[in-house]
Amino acid sequence: MTGGRDRRRLTRHLRLGDRAYRRVLQGFGVFVLVIFVAVGATLFIQAWPAFKHSGPGFVTGTTWDPSHAIYGAVPFIAGTLFTSAIGLALAIPIGIGAAIFLAEYAPRRISGALGMLVELLAAVPSVVYGLWGFLVLGPIFQNTIEPRLSWLPFAHGAPLPVGLLLAGVILAVMVLPTIVAVTRDLANAVPATSREAVFGLGGTRWQMVRTAVLPAIRTGVVGAVVLGLGRALGETMAVTFVIGNTNAVPNSLIAPAQTMASLIANEFTEATEPFHASALLGIAVLLLVIAVIVNALARLLVWSVSREVRETV
Amino acid sequence: MTGTPLKTFFAPDSRSTVAAEAEARPAPAITVRGLGVRFGSKLALSGVDMDFPTGRITALIGPSGCGKTTLLRSLNRLHDTTPGARVLGSVHLGDLDVYAPEINPTEIRARIGMVFQRPNPFPTLSIYDNVVSGLRLNGIRKKAILNDAAESALQSAALWDSVSHKLKTSAMRLSGGEQQRLCIARALAVEPDVLLMDEPTSALDPIATSRIETLLRALVKQVTIIIVTHNMQQAARVSDYCAFLMVEEDRVGHLVEEGLTLQIFSKPADPRTEEYVTGRIG
Amino acid sequence: MSVVAASQVDRRTLIRQSARKSHRRRQIAGVVAAALCGLGLCIALVPLISIVALTVSKGIAAWSVDFFTRLPTPAGIPGGGIVNALVGSLIIDGLAAVMALPVGFIVALFLAEHEGRLANTVRFVVDVAAGLPAITIGLFAYAIVVLPEGHFSALSASVALAVLMLPIAIRAGETAIRTVPQDLWEAGIALGIRRARVARSLVIVSALPGLVTASLLAISRAIGEAAPLLFTAIGSQVFATSLGQPMASLSLVVYFDGIQPYPDLQRTAWGTALTLLVIVMLLNVSSRLLARRMRRFTR
Repeated sequence: MTGGRDRRRLTRHLRLGDRAYRRVLQGFGVFVLVIFVAVGATLFIQAWPAFKHSGPGFVTGTTWDPSHAIYGAVPFIAGTLFTSAIGLALAIPIGIGAAIFLAEYAPRRISGALGMLVELLAAVPSVVYGLWGFLVLGPIFQNTIEPRLSWLPFAHGAPLPVGLLLAGVILAVMVLPTIVAVTRDLANAVPATSREAVFGLGGTRWQMVRTAVLPAIRTGVVGAVVLGLGRALGETMAVTFVIGNTNAVPNSLIAPAQTMASLIANEFTEATEPFHASALLGIAVLLLVIAVIVNALARLLVWSVSREVRETV
Repeated sequence: MTGTPLKTFFAPDSRSTVAAEAEARPAPAITVRGLGVRFGSKLALSGVDMDFPTGRITALIGPSGCGKTTLLRSLNRLHDTTPGARVLGSVHLGDLDVYAPEINPTEIRARIGMVFQRPNPFPTLSIYDNVVSGLRLNGIRKKAILNDAAESALQSAALWDSVSHKLKTSAMRLSGGEQQRLCIARALAVEPDVLLMDEPTSALDPIATSRIETLLRALVKQVTIIIVTHNMQQAARVSDYCAFLMVEEDRVGHLVEEGLTLQIFSKPADPRTEEYVTGRIG
Repeated sequence: MSVVAASQVDRRTLIRQSARKSHRRRQIAGVVAAALCGLGLCIALVPLISIVALTVSKGIAAWSVDFFTRLPTPAGIPGGGIVNALVGSLIIDGLAAVMALPVGFIVALFLAEHEGRLANTVRFVVDVAAGLPAITIGLFAYAIVVLPEGHFSALSASVALAVLMLPIAIRAGETAIRTVPQDLWEAGIALGIRRARVARSLVIVSALPGLVTASLLAISRAIGEAAPLLFTAIGSQVFATSLGQPMASLSLVVYFDGIQPYPDLQRTAWGTALTLLVIVMLLNVSSRLLARRMRRFTR
């Protein structure tokens, strides 16, 4: 919208009544800023006793033993990172492949209908994903998939309807719609003139996709992936259903584990030991910091994409 | 205003006289018979019969919507990539039937190159990678060949001197006119027989435009050129042969008249041609 | 023929040959790539279809008049329902919407009309806040409402959901206000700067469909959330009599009943999940239809 500069020019000539109006609006803006900063600050203040008690061992310790007031976050950092990594490792190739098929190979009507279906699925609540994962996918994993994986070096252990891999797969399913929707939109936005350039030189359809489409959407797709990562890292309910509630660093793909979010969900209401509640809030602070960094990164990437687009137009 | 003095646009020393040319009209590079194009149920172009002489610049002119770009794109089978488009009639590149079922469109497009209206270098590639992209797409990998072809193509496009020291920089840093010349170099690198140009200067400023027009007169020694232009003066300046197309209320896009540019602009056979070139219509 | 011309002709033949020879390989590569992408699409669709299909089939089995009109019963006793969760979700989310949407839209107006460091900072922080984990927001509400009050409450849950809804309301609201045509805004200014405030309400009225869309999106997100409610409303087996008490909610029922080993509780979980799914889909589809109708009206 080209109104920005004109609007600014006109707001400079505001009279007194309108200046008060402007102050009110600014006030609300500041209010909202304060709220979000307060979220981080409040959690940090509540977590401080545990931080002081455990010191740097909070972030480096591998034991979580409330009855002895020992709080080390490593098992949960590991659980969070592993599940998110598995989720993204599955969702990225599948999602990008699906999106490219929809954008470049599927007939237009099918692409539109399936695209809308995928977007609507992004709105499914996490508890529903979790329920499905626990009651449907879990037994399938336990009976069919996990026994078959025992030949892998890092997939040993008894097959259970819970575990790291299962949680990772659920996260992949949750992140898929976002990646597919964004990649498909970006691919559809690549101008016909770039595509025709490849055809004009004698390229095949796939060569056109590789030369004109994929490089053009690279940055935007990375932004979508990072956004998906942000969602996966903070996901609570779906993971809590299937992670297995085990406070140890997982030593196998199919072992039960615990993520930072699921730990809080599982233990907070029963946290009566000294520093326990505060330690859980400390975990929340860690989660918050990671989520903020990842989301800020995604935001900056998206900004740089839109700047690129503006410069080449 | 009849008997238009558009002859004043011509540089008489760069073109042969009408009579001499009529005897020495070169063999056609591309022959078109009964050519028409249908998009879905709508007919956009019909019944075009013409030859495009080798080693000459042929301009397609006419008011907007007359089908000149549609005609151009049917020459290198670019309509194959448009769903619902059907090409009728025949196009021959020399002896080769362009639309024969056993021919791959990609093969044709390596022999008939194209330059588009807006400069479209690949934005994520360097100048060098842009120029050799056509060669790479067609399976050529040897560095020696790519380097030679790149230098040769950039020289032909009058771009070598200004970019030879910065071949690895992004193509998007070039000005609009330079980008278009890069696209010309990219098309030339594949050594096509014919170069199709779809209003190549309409998005450029006058200086860049005149540079490219000069370039075309030099390029025509290497490659046959067919250029679509909505700018009559450009057609008169640049082309050897002209084809005038027209669309009317009761008639889809069709070829009205074609021949030597000198002829079309000084003594056109059809009254509609005269109306167009004197600026009364279009 | 000069040496240069000869090498050029050689290069031309080389290029033609290479084009022809490589064509087969390029086509096969293209088919393989397309097949892999198609495979990706099939793999992506399987779990998504499975979730919808199973939720519908298992959820319908739980649906009945009793289901929607009765209170929950202990495991093993039939005839239970989720009426308190239905009402609870309505109250908690309704209150959250009342808290978040007006504030969010005023900030959206601020962002749409002003530029400068404050606006850019707010926009950046809001965008980052959109990705905050819901459970951390729940803990925030716990810290500022539950702790001081000394008890769990529906009010604290509404506060948590309101903070969750804010970024959505602000971003979608800003988009809605920005799409109001420029001439409308200028016409208002032309009426005299003093009337600018009245003109601005003109702008808001014409942005209304977009704001409704934004509201639907925000509410649909909030209804499905369970994590922020775990330590605020914490759920209940009965109706709450005030906002200062724990309250049941659809999302919590799915969680609490779903992880139990009792089949009838699991069936309730599926039924509630289907209810949630239907509500969320209705909200999303209506917001989409509204957005499409809106696009037809703006020039």
